[in-house]
Amino acid sequence: MKLGFFLKEATRSMRRSAAPSFAALATVLVTMLVLGVFIPIVQATNGAANSVRGKVEVDVYMQTNATSADDQRVQHELLGLPHVRSVQFVSKQQAYQQQAAQDQQAYALLGSNPLPDTFHVIPDNPSNVLAVHSEITGSGSSSGGSGPIDSSINTVSNKQTDTQKILEVTNLVTITAAVLTVLLVLASILLIANTIRLSLYARRREVEVMKLVGATDWFIRVPFVIEGVIVGAAGALLAIAVLGVTKVVLLDPLASNWTLIAAPRTIGFTFLVVVLLGAGTLVSAVGSGLSLRRFLRV
Amino acid sequence: MASTESKHRLIRRREIPAPAAAAALEARPAGPVPSARSVIEFRGVSKRYSGGDTGLDQATFSIERGEFVFLVGSTGSGKSTVMRLLIKELEPTGGTIRVAGHDLSQIQRKRIAYYRRNLGVVFQDFKLLPGRTVYDNVAYALQVTGGTRREIRDKVPDILRLTGLSTKLHNYPDQLSGGEQQRVSIARAFVNHPPLLLADEPTGNLDPETSVDIMRLLYRINRTGTTVLIASHDQAMVDKMRRRVLELSHGQIVRDEATGLYTRDETTREFARRLRAPSARPPGVS
Repeated sequence: MKLGFFLKEATRSMRRSAAPSFAALATVLVTMLVLGVFIPIVQATNGAANSVRGKVEVDVYMQTNATSADDQRVQHELLGLPHVRSVQFVSKQQAYQQQAAQDQQAYALLGSNPLPDTFHVIPDNPSNVLAVHSEITGSGSSSGGSGPIDSSINTVSNKQTDTQKILEVTNLVTITAAVLTVLLVLASILLIANTIRLSLYARRREVEVMKLVGATDWFIRVPFVIEGVIVGAAGALLAIAVLGVTKVVLLDPLASNWTLIAAPRTIGFTFLVVVLLGAGTLVSAVGSGLSLRRFLRV
Repeated sequence: MASTESKHRLIRRREIPAPAAAAALEARPAGPVPSARSVIEFRGVSKRYSGGDTGLDQATFSIERGEFVFLVGSTGSGKSTVMRLLIKELEPTGGTIRVAGHDLSQIQRKRIAYYRRNLGVVFQDFKLLPGRTVYDNVAYALQVTGGTRREIRDKVPDILRLTGLSTKLHNYPDQLSGGEQQRVSIARAFVNHPPLLLADEPTGNLDPETSVDIMRLLYRINRTGTTVLIASHDQAMVDKMRRRVLELSHGQIVRDEATGLYTRDETTREFARRLRAPSARPPGVS
């Protein structure tokens, strides 16, 4: 009985003040559309940045005369270092085949294999790459610049400047995306709250009368919150419908042709739907409930 | 042996409710009604607005149960301040207000809504909910207090018949005349049968003939035992009514005409006839 009454109250007031309700719905719709486009873009950017950062590694070149026993010992030592996630071994034969495939004539002229055995050392976190590098070269704190950790290591690749650039750029991209997201979410909340407040302002006299008749605050508030839920959910659902159509009609054909669009792992569409629906409904409902507070002081 | 035991059990079973009932009986006279008959009691009440204006200055008066009292005075004399203090829309800056024995300053913010359900309030501008029919406007006052659908179906048509609105159930406020709107607002105020009815300039927006009808309706409500307090600046009307009059001037009570001469019981028809009489000369005197 109670819930039925409140639902009836909510739909009644929506019917009676259709224009402000529609304005609130349109605001939610537009905001959710913008968010719905922006969230995948941020995700894609972050994904791209992360895949670049994933390629950050330290290459360890063995002496050309290193035996397989040396290789095994070094691999074991490398895995024992802090911040090392994995070590990938490329034997001189594998390296020769890879390189020869690219430039057969040059390698045919060489006659012999000049390439050393190689380890690709991947740090647990891209930002630890410099620490791993200095551990291997022995320039770190433990061995005080006394050379590489193993005598059979010839050189350790020095990509310090490249690595630093990659880290800086990807960091900047991630931070910018995060700041933009926060600003956009804030703007959305303010926009929706403001629209709701305007529509409530038009009905403040009604609220005043309800209070004078002896209605408790929550008795007045519940229908308004239900109205907010309905308006928010409707706006979000419409936005999701538009996004869904856009995705099927525009984006999916493009993705099959352009790996660029398909490649970065973006947020799943179902998850996006849930986020948008939840955010739209919640902001609208909470906005209604809170904005009403000022008019309840009678 | 066995028979005495069962007797004991019987006695005990009978005795259980007795103390509870006695306690309830005892509690009633000791309840929160110290000045037994006073419904409204103002004691040295002042209200100074933040702008420096004085709304009310050391006002002291009391209104007994079942009285029909006018509060008169020119605009700005403090009539509306008294009303707004009584519905606890404002807080006094000094003194104490008691309604049915309860000190209003002791009522917490959260409990104000429940306090207001014991009052019927009628305003000059009717204050009806524009989006609702006559029926729904009156029903809202019951829904607020958690009235069931059945209760609403029973009470609302009754009160609308009493106020002469039976044919206007499904009209919206903007389809009604001023007098009809005021009747709806009185119906809404009275549907809960509150012990106290406040009316702030109830006839301020109405023509004289309609005003008589509204006054007659309020008088009829008063005859059911409800205390009625009416703020009005319509001196002629008040004189004709010959009820107790409290006059305010600059926030002070300047006249409290006790009812002595006027308390003769009269029917609502006599009452209305007298109000419609052209002169203000009291017929009982000549």
